[in-house]
Amino acid sequence: MADTRKIVLEVLRYTPGQSTAPTLQQYPIEFTDDMSVLQGLQQVKDFVDGSLTFRWSCRMAICGSCGMMIDGAPKLACRAFLRDFLPGPLRVEPLEHFPIERDLVVDISDFVDKLGRITPWIEPREPRSLEQGEYLQTPAQLERFESFSHCINCMLCYAACPQYGLDSRFLGPAATALLHRYNSDSRDGAQAKRMELVNSEEGVWACTAVGYCSEVCPKAVDPANAVNQNKTASAVSWFARFLPGRG
Amino acid sequence: MKRSNQPFFWLLFGAGGMLSALIGAMLVFITGVAAPLGLGVHADLMSHANAIAFARGIPGKLFLLVVVSLFLWHAAHRIYHSLHDLGIPPGPLAQAACYGTALLGTVVATVALLAIGF
Repeated sequence: MADTRKIVLEVLRYTPGQSTAPTLQQYPIEFTDDMSVLQGLQQVKDFVDGSLTFRWSCRMAICGSCGMMIDGAPKLACRAFLRDFLPGPLRVEPLEHFPIERDLVVDISDFVDKLGRITPWIEPREPRSLEQGEYLQTPAQLERFESFSHCINCMLCYAACPQYGLDSRFLGPAATALLHRYNSDSRDGAQAKRMELVNSEEGVWACTAVGYCSEVCPKAVDPANAVNQNKTASAVSWFARFLPGRG
Repeated sequence: MKRSNQPFFWLLFGAGGMLSALIGAMLVFITGVAAPLGLGVHADLMSHANAIAFARGIPGKLFLLVVVSLFLWHAAHRIYHSLHDLGIPPGPLAQAACYGTALLGTVVATVALLAIGF
């Protein structure tokens, strides 16, 4: 390899049923300037230790599979470059706030459950037949939700969120951003159903506006903004209940 | 799903935060530094006679009540949500202690402002 440098990867290892506690294992590797942390891990798995376990797929920050704690911060391994962590050693650990399944793989079932709870699809405000044609939207209407639709479900924001770490009942950043994506879509009519979740004790009110979720988001979704907008909406609905004619 | 009671406290928190950001530092400076040291203010600005006259007027009463109570509600909410950093779990007891203190302060301020007369 041309122009290689050396760095030590310090990777958290844990095998359920075998390990009593997670341990750190060091892997010295050689890398070129264009190599990501993911490629470093792949080099270890292919040539040094085939038992090292991690998730990955697209290698280009689209699939959201390779989220992990890199040097203590939640990042996509494919989007972090080894050259930025010299002289090392570079600590690589599974995403925080999730149970470890094995090595760098975490159990994401809590997040998947949450996604299912937000009604993550459009329930048409007014049903149209095929003959009536498509639902039209103005560029301004698209702009209201578009950035929130860029979420790739990588869960970096959950690893960043101290409130989710304290109490995982909190709906959390990404699920709220996606909820907001559907709630602010002009074609959708299921806002009332989703607002019940927003208003609940598991909803937006567990957030203390730390903002780290938006900082670590690799797709600039800004979940903190989605949470904040829904705090305002939830506060309005809290008081609207007391107006005459409102339930 | 149980509706959260936080919107009510959050709005008081927000109002108190806005108010303290706008006038908090200035109030501390005038009442705590400038007046006692006589820095650029009239010598008897904070005299007993002036203070009691201020507290007896309706605008003065409203100002004092709003400043005392909203600052307290702001602090109560902030402290409640920071308790976990001190190892105290959030819950009904902590909520009652934090918001109860703010409520008590509001009641005491109201009673005192009424008792001081018009």
